[in-house]
Amino acid sequence: HTAGCFITDNVGQFFSSGHTNNWAVLVCTSRFWFNYRHVANTLSVYRSVKRLGIPDSHIVLMLADDMACNHRNPKPATVFSHKNMELNVYGDDVEVDYRGYEVTVENFLRVLTGRLPPSTPRSKRLLSDDRSNILIYLTGHGGNGFLKFQDSEEISNVELADAFEQMWQKRRYNELLFIIDTCQGASMYERFYSPNLMALASSQVGEDSLSHQPDVGIGVHLMDRYTFYLLEFLEDIHPASKTCMNDLFKVCPKSQCVSTPGHRTDLFLRDPGSVLVTDFFGSVRKVEITMDSINLTSVVSHRKEEPAANGELQKEVYSYSDQLPVSEIIHQKPKQRDWHPPDGFILGLWTLILLVFFQTYGIKHLKHIF
Amino acid sequence: MAAHRCGFLPPLFILCALSVLTVTWTQETIPLGSHRAAAADSKPTDTKSVAQTTEQLAVEQRQWEATEVEEATSAAAAVSKQDNSSPEDVVQTSTPKPKDEFQEELVVRPLHSGDIYASFQFRTLWQTDFTRERKVSHYGLFPKSLGQVISKFSVRELHISFTQGYWRTMQWGQPFLSSPPGAELWVWFQDTVTDVDGTWKELANVLSGIFCASLNFIDSTNTVQPTASFKPLGIGNVTDHRFLRYATLPREIVCTENLTPWKKLLPCGTKAGLAVLLKSEKLFHSSFYSQAVHIRPVCQDWQCKTASWELRQTLNVVFDLHNSGQGKREWSLFKMFSRTLTEACPLASTSKIYIDVTDNPEGEQFELSPATALLSQAVVLGDRRTFSVYDLTQQITFGTVRSLNVLMRWKSSEGDMLRPLLHAERYVAGYGLQTGEIHTLMYNNHPYRSFPVLLLDSVPWYLRMYIHTLTVTSKGKDNKPSYIHYQPSKDRVRPHLLEMLVQLPPNSVTEVTVEFERALLKWTEYTPDPNHGFYVGSSVISSLVPSLVALDTNSTWQRPLFSTFFPCKEESSYFVRVYTEPLLVNLPTPDFSMPYNVICLTCTVVAVGYGSLYNLLTRTFQIEEPSPGLAKRLANIIRRMRGVPPL
Repeated sequence: HTAGCFITDNVGQFFSSGHTNNWAVLVCTSRFWFNYRHVANTLSVYRSVKRLGIPDSHIVLMLADDMACNHRNPKPATVFSHKNMELNVYGDDVEVDYRGYEVTVENFLRVLTGRLPPSTPRSKRLLSDDRSNILIYLTGHGGNGFLKFQDSEEISNVELADAFEQMWQKRRYNELLFIIDTCQGASMYERFYSPNLMALASSQVGEDSLSHQPDVGIGVHLMDRYTFYLLEFLEDIHPASKTCMNDLFKVCPKSQCVSTPGHRTDLFLRDPGSVLVTDFFGSVRKVEITMDSINLTSVVSHRKEEPAANGELQKEVYSYSDQLPVSEIIHQKPKQRDWHPPDGFILGLWTLILLVFFQTYGIKHLKHIF
Repeated sequence: MAAHRCGFLPPLFILCALSVLTVTWTQETIPLGSHRAAAADSKPTDTKSVAQTTEQLAVEQRQWEATEVEEATSAAAAVSKQDNSSPEDVVQTSTPKPKDEFQEELVVRPLHSGDIYASFQFRTLWQTDFTRERKVSHYGLFPKSLGQVISKFSVRELHISFTQGYWRTMQWGQPFLSSPPGAELWVWFQDTVTDVDGTWKELANVLSGIFCASLNFIDSTNTVQPTASFKPLGIGNVTDHRFLRYATLPREIVCTENLTPWKKLLPCGTKAGLAVLLKSEKLFHSSFYSQAVHIRPVCQDWQCKTASWELRQTLNVVFDLHNSGQGKREWSLFKMFSRTLTEACPLASTSKIYIDVTDNPEGEQFELSPATALLSQAVVLGDRRTFSVYDLTQQITFGTVRSLNVLMRWKSSEGDMLRPLLHAERYVAGYGLQTGEIHTLMYNNHPYRSFPVLLLDSVPWYLRMYIHTLTVTSKGKDNKPSYIHYQPSKDRVRPHLLEMLVQLPPNSVTEVTVEFERALLKWTEYTPDPNHGFYVGSSVISSLVPSLVALDTNSTWQRPLFSTFFPCKEESSYFVRVYTEPLLVNLPTPDFSMPYNVICLTCTVVAVGYGSLYNLLTRTFQIEEPSPGLAKRLANIIRRMRGVPPL
C-alpha cells in the first residue's frame, strides 16, 4: 500500500501539512424511507471520522430525515450498513446537528461560509480557521451539475465552487477534501477554482452510482457501493497509520462499483502521494513539550456567602402558586394591550375625512386648529 | 473530584447507615406530623435522613480539608464580590447545609392491558439563589450547561419535553406527568427581562444546540402567551403572564441523539445508578416514550424562606407486551431494558425502585421477586397506592449475585381498571380541502362531582378559525364557559389562541366545536413533503380533579418524587394536565412542477407566435431562376466568349 507514498519518517513531517485542527461536514440530503442508504452512508463516515479522532464538537452532521426512529424501522434506534444487521452505525452516542427540515441549501452554505444568525449554538457552526483541514462529504441524489436537497431544491456546482472560494477568501480552511457519492458526482467538482481543494466522486458524468445490497428484514438498500468500499478501506486505518491519498483514490474500482470513481487533485498544492488519509479523516493533537514549571493558583474561589437566615429577620415566605385559581381567572381583567400607533389604513381614512371636511367648509376653519 | 468522591462514598454510606440504624432502632422516631403518608417506610427513611446529614457533614469536612478556613480574610472577601479576585476560601458555617443533592427513583406500574409503564425521575437540588447571586461559577451536581442557560436568559422556570407516541388514557390510566407528542417548551422568565420575545427566541436556539433538536423552528408563528393556563410550578409570588411563553412542535421526532445529551445532564451519567438501564435500542422500541427536563425554584425546607433550584429529569416509557415477542405475561428489568442493576449512583442521597402492587395485595395476580420487605404507601393522582420498594443504597438489595433484576410473573389477569376521571379526544371533521371542523371532546367520568377544566387551544394561522361558530355543549345542552380568552391569528405572524374555563357536569361528555377554513400557502412555505400534511399541536386541558383520598397539603421531603411534582393546595382535588391528540390536516397542495411546466409552455408559445410574426413582417421574397442544364450552360459560356447575350 505504501509503495506510492513518499513519507519521510521523522518528526518534522508531523507538521508538514500545516494544519492544526480538523473539521468534518457530513451531509445527507435525502428524505423518505427508501433513501435509507444515504443516511447509512453519512453515518458510517461519521463513525469512521469519530473513531479516528475528530470529536463531536468539530463535526457538523446534517441528516435530512430520521431513519433510526422512523416508524417503518423494524429495529428502532438502529441504522445498519451491512446486511444481516451486522454493524449498527447509529450507535449510542450520536450528535446530529441539523436534522429534518433544517437541512436546506441555505443552511448548508451558511455553515460553510460561517454566515449564521448570532444566536446559533456552537455545535451548529463550522468554526474553522486558516489552519483547519476540512472534510466535506455529500450524499444523496444528484445529476449533471446539481445535487438535490430533500426532493425540493438543488445546489449547483457553480454555487458550491463559489462557496469554497468564499471560504478561501475568508481563510476558513487550510486544505479541503470533498467527497461526493451521488449519480454523476464528478460534475460537482468540475467548477472548483479555489486552491488547496481535493475532490473525490463516486461516478463520472453520465454514470449512475449504484447501491450495494438490500436487506430483506429492513426492506431497503442499506448502503451505496462507493461508500461501502470506502468504509471497508477506512476500517483498516487507525489514527497513526501512514496510508496516503493515492490509496484512497484506488478505492472501489469499476469491477466493484460498476461506476468509475473520479478524483481531482490539480488545485491541490501538495503532492497527493505525500498526503496522509488521517490528515482529513483523523485529528491532529498538537502537543507542546515544555520544561518550565508552572505554579498553580488555588482555583477554588468562592464568593463570601451572605449571612444566612439568622442574619435577616424579615424574610418573605415563599409559596407555591395555585395551579387553577378558578375565581381569580373568572374575574381576570382583560389584558392591557400595548398601545400601537394607528395603522396605515386608519391614518388614510382620517386624512380623507379631514380633506373632505376642509374642502366643503373652506380653509378658514384651519385657524381654529393652529 | 467526582471520582474521588465516588470511591469513598459507598462503603462510608453503608457504614454510617448501619451504625445509625443499630443505634436509633429502639429509639422513638421524631414525630413528623400527620402528613406522613408512608407508614412502614418511616423508620428506615428517618434514619436514612439522619445518616444522610452526618454523611454529608463528613463529606463536607473532607472536601474542605484542602483549603484552610481563614476568618481574617473572610471579612475582606465580603467586600469584594468578584469571583477570581484573590485565592479565596469558603467560610465554614456552623450548620453545614448540603450544597447539592441528587435523588433518583424508578416507578414500575403494570397496566391493565398487559403493558408495563416505567417512569424514571432524577432530581438534582442546587442550593443557590439566582436572584441574589448573579454570577455563579462553581457547579457541583447541577449541570453547567443548564446553569449557564438559566443565568444568561434570566429564566425562572423551564419545562421542555420530547415525546414519541400518544398516551392512551383509557387503556393505561393517567401518567404521573403527561406530555404532548413532539416537543413542548414553556418558560417563565424573571420579571427583570425587558424583551421577552427576543430572549425566548435565543433561548430556543440555545436549547436546540443542547438537545440536538430542531427547536430553532420555534418562532412567533407557533408561540403563544397563555393568560390562565401554565401557572408556575415553582415558588414565587408574582404571576404576570407577560413573562410566560409556550410553544409546541408536534412534528419533532425523538431519537438517540436527544437521549444522549439528556443522559449527560445526570451527575452519574450512565455509569452507575438507575441510568444504566437507559439503552436506546430498548427505549425506542416502545409504545410511548417521553423525556423531559423541568427546572424550577423550590422551597429549601419546610419554612420556605429560601429558594433552591430543582432540576427534574423524567423519562416515561410504556413497553408493549406483544412487541417484545413473548407469549406469557412476564416482565423483568432485563426484559424491559436488557440490563440489570448493580449499584446505586454514589452521588445520590436516595435511589429507589417502586413497584405498584396495589392490585396485588396478597400476591394473587402476580408474583414479585426478589422479595422485599419494604412497603410504602403514597397518594398519587388522587388515589392511595401501595408500592414495594427496593432501596439501591442498601447492599442487601442486590443479594449474593450483586445484581438486581426485579421479576414479575403473572398468574391471573382479572380485575378491571379504574376508569380515569378526565379524558379528552380531538379530531377533525368535514370533507374536502376548503373547510373543516375541529371537535374536542372532554369526558368527565365522575358519577356525581363536576369540576372545572381550562382548555388551551393553539391553532396555526393557516387554519382560519371562525370563532363565531364556537359551540360548547354538554349532555346536549349549551354550556357557557365562565372565562373565554381568544386572540385571533395574524397571517404568518402568530397563531390562534383560545382559552376557556368550562365546568364539566358529572358523568358527561362536553363537546367543543369550531369551524375553520384552510389557507393557501405561498409555494415557498410548503415543507419538502407537503402531502404528509400539517400538524396542529395538542390541546392542553388543565383541571382540578376530585380525588378519592384526602391529599396532604404540607410540602415535605420524605414523599417519593413522583408524588411531589404538582404542588397541592387543597385536600379534595389534585391538579392534572391532559393532552389531546395532535391533528394532521391536509392543506390544498399545489403541483410543484407547475412553474417548470408554465415556463416551458410560455416560452414555446412565445417562440412560435412571435417568431412566426417576425418572419412574416421582415422576410422579403425574391424570385430565383432555376439553374439551367449542362448543354445550355456550355452554350452560354461560348456565347459570352463571342460577346453575344446569353440564352
